Amino acid sequence: MTTVLPLSPAAADAPAVAGLVRRRRAKAGAALAGPAAMLLLVLLILPSTLVILFSLTDYGFGAASWRFVALDNYAELFADPGVLRALGNTAVYIAVVVPGSVAIGLGAALLIEGRLVLRRFYRIAFFLPVTATLVALATAWEVLLHPGFGPANLLLSALGQPKLRFLADPDIAMFTLSGIGIWQLAGFNMVLFLSGLASIPRELYDAAAVDGATRGFDRFRLVTWPMLGPTTMFVVVVTAIRGLQAFDTVAVLTRGGPAKATEVLLYAIYVEGFRYFRIGYASALTVVFLALATALTLAQARLMDRKVHYQ
Amino acid sequence: MSEPAGITLNRIEKRFGPMAVLRDITLDIRPGEFLTLVGPSGCGKSTLLRIIAGLEAQSAGSIAIAGHPVDTLGPDRRDIAMVFQNYALYPHMTVAENIATPLRLRRLAGWQRWPLAGRFGRAHAIGNEIAREVAAAAGLLGIEALLDRKPGQLSGGQRQRVALGRALVRHPRVFLMDEPLSNLDAKLRVHMRAEIARLHRRLGATFVYVTHDQTEAMTMSDRIAVMLDGQVRQIDTPAAIYRDPADHEVAAFMAQPQLNSLPVTGAGAGAVEILGARLAVRGMVPAGAKASLAFRPEECLLLDASAPQGLGATVSHIERLGAEGYAHLAVDGLPELVVARLDAERIGRIERGQAVRFLPDPERALCFDERGRRLAAVERQAA
Amino acid sequence: MIRRLLPPLASLCAHAVLLIGALVMLAPFLWMALTSFKPPAEIFTGEFQLLPSRFTLHNYVEALSASPLLRFLLNGVLVCGGILLLQLAIAIPCGYALAKLDFRGREALFGLVLLALLIPVQVPALPLYLGLARLGLLDSYPALILPWAVSAFAIFLFRQVFRRFPDEIVDAARIDGFGEIAIAFRIALPSAWPAVAAFSIFSVVAHWNDLYWPMVVVTSTELMTPPLGIAYFREGGGVDGNVGALLAGGVIITAPLVVAFLFAQRRFVQGLAFTGIR
Repeated sequence: MTTVLPLSPAAADAPAVAGLVRRRRAKAGAALAGPAAMLLLVLLILPSTLVILFSLTDYGFGAASWRFVALDNYAELFADPGVLRALGNTAVYIAVVVPGSVAIGLGAALLIEGRLVLRRFYRIAFFLPVTATLVALATAWEVLLHPGFGPANLLLSALGQPKLRFLADPDIAMFTLSGIGIWQLAGFNMVLFLSGLASIPRELYDAAAVDGATRGFDRFRLVTWPMLGPTTMFVVVVTAIRGLQAFDTVAVLTRGGPAKATEVLLYAIYVEGFRYFRIGYASALTVVFLALATALTLAQARLMDRKVHYQ
Repeated sequence: MSEPAGITLNRIEKRFGPMAVLRDITLDIRPGEFLTLVGPSGCGKSTLLRIIAGLEAQSAGSIAIAGHPVDTLGPDRRDIAMVFQNYALYPHMTVAENIATPLRLRRLAGWQRWPLAGRFGRAHAIGNEIAREVAAAAGLLGIEALLDRKPGQLSGGQRQRVALGRALVRHPRVFLMDEPLSNLDAKLRVHMRAEIARLHRRLGATFVYVTHDQTEAMTMSDRIAVMLDGQVRQIDTPAAIYRDPADHEVAAFMAQPQLNSLPVTGAGAGAVEILGARLAVRGMVPAGAKASLAFRPEECLLLDASAPQGLGATVSHIERLGAEGYAHLAVDGLPELVVARLDAERIGRIERGQAVRFLPDPERALCFDERGRRLAAVERQAA
Repeated sequence: MIRRLLPPLASLCAHAVLLIGALVMLAPFLWMALTSFKPPAEIFTGEFQLLPSRFTLHNYVEALSASPLLRFLLNGVLVCGGILLLQLAIAIPCGYALAKLDFRGREALFGLVLLALLIPVQVPALPLYLGLARLGLLDSYPALILPWAVSAFAIFLFRQVFRRFPDEIVDAARIDGFGEIAIAFRIALPSAWPAVAAFSIFSVVAHWNDLYWPMVVVTSTELMTPPLGIAYFREGGGVDGNVGALLAGGVIITAPLVVAFLFAQRRFVQGLAFTGIR
């Protein structure tokens, strides 16, 4: 069946046809994008807005009634030593995990980049923790760090050092968890750095060689480090955001203890919201969490803009 | 200014795995000359340049600069400077810092290059010295106003000059350039060609220049080395290469837009036969031997359709370029088109489909044997 | 650049450092795997003993009998599979529409997607929980799957991919008579396959390992996903502090992803590199 196009030279028809085509495409577009738009609103935007609204009330799940209390929740949480402790712990976690995993990731990437032998093995080994189910590995870590019989402590006593209660000592528990965090994230950062290194134009290294930068350290300072600027920025912020979202190891290994020494922000939110059901208060905490995450992301966007070097 | 240095390459070979990229290259680059390595992509010219620079090691053979063997020296110890195709400027440094880098790396110890250390004593004095030399180099290239800008803020031509500045600030005895003009637009290229040539005259250093563009090669060089398939086919002055190419491939490479080539049979001294016509030539083709007669578009004489000499053809296509033009001729009896270059007046007088006759200029057309080797000219009386 | 073979000493040092690093990275895995085969008496001795004196499956038997480990794995598959299918079904068409079709509110929608990217996934948790409770859907598969149905990141990614798809092909298809929706699924989508693969890996790994949301909505053991199941049984819910069995359970839970990773490293790394923007 052939379609014969009506040969209608009248210019008046042209806009009409164009309009028809545009409408058809617009309809298809709306149909294809509609479900996503709706779900975005319902599953993400709406709840997030509700969180902000809840934070201004004293709503408790199952309570008989609730009131609008404006910023009382915020006043309470910033005065609550437990919350401040949680924020402090989260800050410690981020402050340890970010430099640690970024440095190890960068170091591993630099070392691996130049090797030809065993390259694949190293990449697999370093990246494996990233794919692991942290909860499952938690028990393994617990055994490794066991106060009495764990290999870590056995190693320490072999070196003549006193044994440490890695997860039970309030002074070092947070650092222990941070160490596990570094272990988990270093490989991921390594991969990001590897791809950053691969995109440095080889010509720059040639120019550096001709200019006189023959030692590895000179080349690093002259070419590698500056050219990795954007990548490093990205890695730092991404790691920081993931640090902010730390939850698994706390929930499984220490449950926030001993004596809240390892309670982090997200864990505090979980406890307040889903154990005590203080929805209003937990929402306020969530808003603080959201504000921190947004600040980090925006800081990254701003810094990337300024520091990206174009050839 | 230091004494210009010659470069001697002796039987250089380079293999990547089983593939031989450079074969038995022996080259003597004279001190202070401007030598161009020219050839199509993949002929190995860039590799050879990098070997001279010390950025790659040759698989066999030796290199000497100013008489000293440099095979064991790194690129920073060979007293060379290099300008790269994409300029390779450090994007995070200002123009001044880019130009200063080779001096800083050589004159300041590691610790002296840290930001604050540069204020003290000796480091400070050296720093000032370097700043003066950077200013001098910038002045030479006319980029003093750009010293505080970063490469990202510069145009292609400006970046070019910064790359040149970084190269010449050390007054090296050898300058290596790897297709430095290929990323510039046509007009800028013409301008920069003259600038680089002027720079060469002023500095007196040895320039080794790599390009695939024969115009650059012809206009800038003291000598040209034509490279094909990893070998140097001919090294001579531009005029000599134009007049007397060593073989068919060299001739074909150095012709714009193409080299016309007719299959002919020898017919005794100074003459060949093709399609029943007899053409006078300069070369000596043994009678009966198969050869090819090659001539450039500017060496093609266009005749009237009624002329007795030459070969018959039909004008298949005309390209008018304003001051001149090219006529593509379909030769009766041959599959390939012959291209003739004509001045504006003549181009205006012919039409597509017109029957014409043409003749390769007997004084300038070249003969090559079946294997592409050049057949010598018939002996002339010594003047 | 001269690929100068670094003086062998430097190269050896680099390898030494890398090997130590690799060992530290792999230590928990190795320890978990090896210890899981040890007889219970050997697990907590005073000395350091790497290899079991004899390999035994005792711990595995105990883990599998004391807890529904296989059920957990099954739940993992069901939940991650369900989430992935929904995410693809919703994000791919949206990404295409944002990239290739002009409709009212397109810019606004993209702005919405960008905004959504800024919001960490744990933020909507409370209201979603309350909503699900209101609907009586707590402690069910839909509760585990539905909240993840729309992934702003997936939409962003596929929009990117489809933007790179040549407009000319789309126009040619229109001339040939394809409808807009047919073009999206039959012409453009096949070219986006690598992105689909990479995203799938990212999504599966992220949700397989997710503890937070399942912990919030699930209370019955039949519905627990792998991380939650392990967490629950650590708290004495079934294995009662039997470390050997816990480790064996850990091996069973971790194995699927590790094995998949070993087989498809490149895709894995590609997919997980997306975790940058979650």
